[in-house]
Amino acid sequence: MFGLNIRSGSQLDMAIRKFSQNKLAMFGLIGSLIYVFISLVGPFFMPYDPTSTGVGPNLAPPSTEHWFGTDHNGRDIFSRVIEGARISLFVGFSVVAVACVVGVAAGLISGRYGGIIDGIIMRTIEVIYVFPSILLALIVVAILGQGLDRVLLALGLAYAIEMARITRGAALSVREEEYILASESYGEHEKFIMLREMLPNMMSAVMVQATLIYAFAILAEASLSYLGLSAQPPTPTWGIMVSQGQTYIGIAPWVTIAPGIAILFAVLAFTFLGIGLRDALDPKTEVNAQ
Amino acid sequence: MNEDTLLQVNELKTHFKIDRGDVKACNDISYAIKKGETIGFVGESGAGKSVTGRSILNLIDSPGKIIGGEIIYKGQDLLNMTEKEIQKIRGNEIAIVFQDSSTAFNPSYTVGEQISDVIQNHFDMEYEEARERTIKLLDDVNIPNPRERFETYPHQYSGGMRQRALIALALSCDPDLIIADEITTGIDVTTQAKILNLLKELKKERDLSMQFITHDMGVVAEICDRVAVMYAGEIVEIGPIQEIFNNPKHPYTMGLLGSLPQTSGAKEELESIPGNMPDLIETPSGCSFRDRCEFATEECAQHNPELEELVTNTNSTNHKSACIRVNEINWNNGRETNKDTSSNGSRRDTNYLNKDEDPLVDVYKLKKYFDPEGQSWVDMLLNGRKYVHAVDDVTLNIYEGETVSLVGESGCGKTTLGRTITQLYNEDSGTVLFAGTDITDAKKSELRKLRRNYQVIFQDPFSSLNPRRTVGKIIGRPMKLHGLVDTEEEKRDAVKELLVEVGLKESHIDRYAHEFSGGQKQRIGIARALAVEPDFIVCDEPVSALDVSVQAKVLNLLMDLQEERNLTYLFIAHNLEVVKHISDRVAVMYLGEIVEMGPIDKILSPPYHPYTEILLSSIPSLEIGEQELQNLPEGEIPSPIDPPSGCRFHTRCPYAMPECSEESPINITTNKNHRIKCHIFDENKMEGKPKSKEQIIAEQTENVDPKSNNQSISSAKNTNQSVPNPQDEKQSVGDD
Repeated sequence: MFGLNIRSGSQLDMAIRKFSQNKLAMFGLIGSLIYVFISLVGPFFMPYDPTSTGVGPNLAPPSTEHWFGTDHNGRDIFSRVIEGARISLFVGFSVVAVACVVGVAAGLISGRYGGIIDGIIMRTIEVIYVFPSILLALIVVAILGQGLDRVLLALGLAYAIEMARITRGAALSVREEEYILASESYGEHEKFIMLREMLPNMMSAVMVQATLIYAFAILAEASLSYLGLSAQPPTPTWGIMVSQGQTYIGIAPWVTIAPGIAILFAVLAFTFLGIGLRDALDPKTEVNAQ
Repeated sequence: MNEDTLLQVNELKTHFKIDRGDVKACNDISYAIKKGETIGFVGESGAGKSVTGRSILNLIDSPGKIIGGEIIYKGQDLLNMTEKEIQKIRGNEIAIVFQDSSTAFNPSYTVGEQISDVIQNHFDMEYEEARERTIKLLDDVNIPNPRERFETYPHQYSGGMRQRALIALALSCDPDLIIADEITTGIDVTTQAKILNLLKELKKERDLSMQFITHDMGVVAEICDRVAVMYAGEIVEIGPIQEIFNNPKHPYTMGLLGSLPQTSGAKEELESIPGNMPDLIETPSGCSFRDRCEFATEECAQHNPELEELVTNTNSTNHKSACIRVNEINWNNGRETNKDTSSNGSRRDTNYLNKDEDPLVDVYKLKKYFDPEGQSWVDMLLNGRKYVHAVDDVTLNIYEGETVSLVGESGCGKTTLGRTITQLYNEDSGTVLFAGTDITDAKKSELRKLRRNYQVIFQDPFSSLNPRRTVGKIIGRPMKLHGLVDTEEEKRDAVKELLVEVGLKESHIDRYAHEFSGGQKQRIGIARALAVEPDFIVCDEPVSALDVSVQAKVLNLLMDLQEERNLTYLFIAHNLEVVKHISDRVAVMYLGEIVEMGPIDKILSPPYHPYTEILLSSIPSLEIGEQELQNLPEGEIPSPIDPPSGCRFHTRCPYAMPECSEESPINITTNKNHRIKCHIFDENKMEGKPKSKEQIIAEQTENVDPKSNNQSISSAKNTNQSVPNPQDEKQSVGDD
C-alpha cells in the first residue's frame, strides 16, 4: 500500500486495518484531508478577495456568482469561508504546537521522575484543570489583551494541561517496562531515555490527543472570536462570521449557516479522526475478520 | 469402547481461520481417558494442548472452529449437542480449571458467593445448603478457616489459595472429569507441591479423571498415569507414564526429556532440539517433526505417520508412537533420568574460597525497603511508617569466574537484590564493592563509567527490548555511549559480530524486537548485556519464561559465553533444576534475608536450613512413583511488610522452637564456605535440647532422600563428609 512495505500482521498493519473498517474514522480522515487541502490550496482559487466589500449586492442569497451568497457588507461568503479555513488551520496547528511542546514536556518529566516533581506538576495541572478551557482563555485574554496571537497562546496553555495528563499517563505505563531499566543499567543519559526510549512508545496517545486538541481549538477559537475577543473584523475567522451573521439570521440565514457548517464539518472530521486513531491503535479492539 | 472409558476423542480437528490461512491447532487428535485416570498433555507452547482441552467443552471462540471429529462422553457425542445441552455438561460433568487464577474470579463478589452460585445453578438447592456445601469444598481443598474465607474477596486470597479455590469451583458440582490447563505454571514450587498433593488426594477420594495440560515434565511425573506428547497440533506419542519416561519411542519425546537440566551432568552442555516448531498453517508434508529430527530420512517426508501401537513380546503396552522408524532407531543411547547431577568434574572447585582472593563483588549489609502501595500519610501518622522489607541486611561475596545462584520463591526479594547490587535501585543502607570500588558511594558521572563492568539480563523477553528500536540500535547504543566504537560503521560491524556470537544472524541487525521468538529475544538481551564487555552479569531469571528446549539452548549459550569471556554470574532463578545444573555456589533467600549460602553440593546435602530442605523436597522429580511430597511449610508466606519476629521462617518451620520467635539467628558457618542462618545449628542454643544436631541432620537426610534426584545424598551418606564433625565446625560470626 502506497509502496510502503508494511508487514502483514504487524502492529501498523493491524492498526490500518481496524481504522479502515471504521466508517466514522474514514469519514474523519477524508474530511480532515479535504479541509487541509482547501485551507492550503483554496486561497489561490478564491473567486473574490475575502475582505473586499461590495463585490456583490448586500445579503444576496447563494447563486452562481456567489456560491454561499454575500454578507451585509457585500463580501463574498464563499471566499471568506475559504480564507477562514486557512486561518483556522493556522489556529489549530499553533495551539496544538504549544500544547504539545508544553504538555508533553511536563508529562514526560512528571512521569519519568515521579516523587516531588510529579507532585508539583500534578497539583498545578489539577488546579488549572478545574477551569474550562474557554474560561482560561478568557482570563488570559483579559490579562494580556485581545488578539489572535494572545488567544492562541491562551488556548495552547489550556490544552497543554490535558496533553500533560495524557502524556503522564502514557509515561507511567512505559516507565515500568524493562527496556527502560535496561537503558539505565548501561548508564544512558536522561534526555535520551525520555526522548528516544520513552516518547516513541507514547506517540499513539500523544497523536490521538493532538488530533482532538486540534478539533477543540478550532471550536474554542470560533467561540472566542464570536465573543469578539480574538481576531478583529475584517479578518474572516469563522467565529466572527457567525457572530456578525447572527443579526441577519431571519432574512439571510446563509450568512451564519455557511461558516457554522464549516466549523461543524472541520471539528467533526478531526474528532472522528482522533477517535478512530485511538480505537485503531488500542491493542484491545479487534479487527473484524473478513 | 470400553466400559471403563469415560471420554473418547476421535480425530478431533480444531482450526483457526486467520488471514494467511487456517491454523491447524488440533489436527486429527485421538485419545481416551478412563475412569479415575489422569492423562498428561505435554509439549511446548503452540503445540495445541490448551486448544485440545477447550475443544472438549466447545469453548473455542471465533476465529476458531471445531470442524471435525467426535468427542464421546458417556456415550454421547459432545460435538453434536446444542448449546443448552452442553451447558449442562460444563461444570456438572466436565469442569475446566484455567491457569490465571487472578482473572478467573469476579472481583466484585466474594469467593464463597461465586462458588455457591454455581452450585445453586446446577442443582436445585437452597442458599443455606449451597453455602454449607461450599464451605466443605473450601475445606476439602485445604483452605484454612473456610467459614471466614467464604466471606472474603478473591483479591484477599494469596495466589496459591486462589488456585485452590478455583479447583474447589471446578469440583463444586462433582464432575467426573477435570481439565486442568497449566494450573501449576507460574506459581511457587512449594505452592505447586501443595496443589499436586491436593489433586492426588482428590483423585483417590473422588475417583476423579483428569486431563492435565502442562509443559513441566516433572509435574507430569508426579501426578499422571498416562502421557500424551503433542507436537504441532498432533499427538506424536502416548502411553503409560513409566513407558514414556523410561522408554520414549519418539524423537521429540527424547528431545524434550533430554533438554531437561536433570538429565545432563552438572555444567555439561544440555541437549537441545534444533530449530523451531513449524508453522501450523502450512504444515510440512510428511512428519511434522522431520525438520528437527536427527533420525529423519527421506521416507519421513512422504506421509504423515499415524499413531501406531508398539507391541512388545509380552503384551500390548498401550504405548503408541507416530514415528515410522520406531523399530529401527536405537533408543537406548538416550535418557537417563537418573544421571548423576553432582559430578564435580566440570564444576569449579570451590577451594578458592579458602584462599585470600578478593571477591569481585562484595555486598555488605545491603538494605532496600519500599513503601507499600496505598500507604497514606494518615496511616503513617497514626500507625508509624511501614516498609516492605525487600532486602534486609544481606551480605554476600561473589568471586571472579564463578556462578552464584540466588534462589527463593516469589516475593523473597531476589530480583530486588540483583537490581540493588547493580545500582538500578538506590540502596537504603549498606555497601557494594565492585573490584574494590565502592559503587554505592560513587558520583553519578563516575557511576556511568563503572556501569560498563556489570550488566543485567532481564527476565521478560517481551518487555526488555524497546519495540520501537531496531536490534542494531538496541545493542549498538551502549557501545557508542561508552566509546567502544567511533563511527557508525564500526558500530554496525561490532553489533553484527556480537549477533553471531549469541547465535543470531547478521541480517537481524535491522529488525525489530517483535519479529523474534522468545528465545531469540533473550539472545538479543544477552548481546546487549555483552555489548559493553562487562566482567559481571546479573542474570535475572533469564530462562523462566522460555520453553524447555529453548531454555536448554539459552543456558548452553550462557555457559559457553562464561567460559570464553571469563564472566562472573549472579544467576537469579526459582527453578532449582536449572540452578543445580549451572551453579558453583547457591544463596537461598527468604523474606529478604539469605538463610543459607554455600557451594552447590553443600546446599544439596544436609545440613540444610529448614527452608532449603522444604524447597528441595518440593521439586517434582522425574522418578515415577507414589511419593508424597513431604514437609511442606505450613501456612502461607508472611507479608514482607510485617516480617515475623526473630527468625523470619519460624512461622512455617517444622523444627521451630520457642527461641526462634524471639531471636534472629546468627549465621553459623560450617567449613568456612557454607553458612546457615538457623538456631538448630547453633551449638550454644542447642545445649540440652531434646534433639541434637546430628538427629536433625539425620531427619533431614531421610526426608529429602526419596525426592531428590541428586545422588550426592546417597553418596554422602556413605562417607562421613556431609555430617559435619562437631569438632570441625567453626562457630564464627562468619560474614555477618
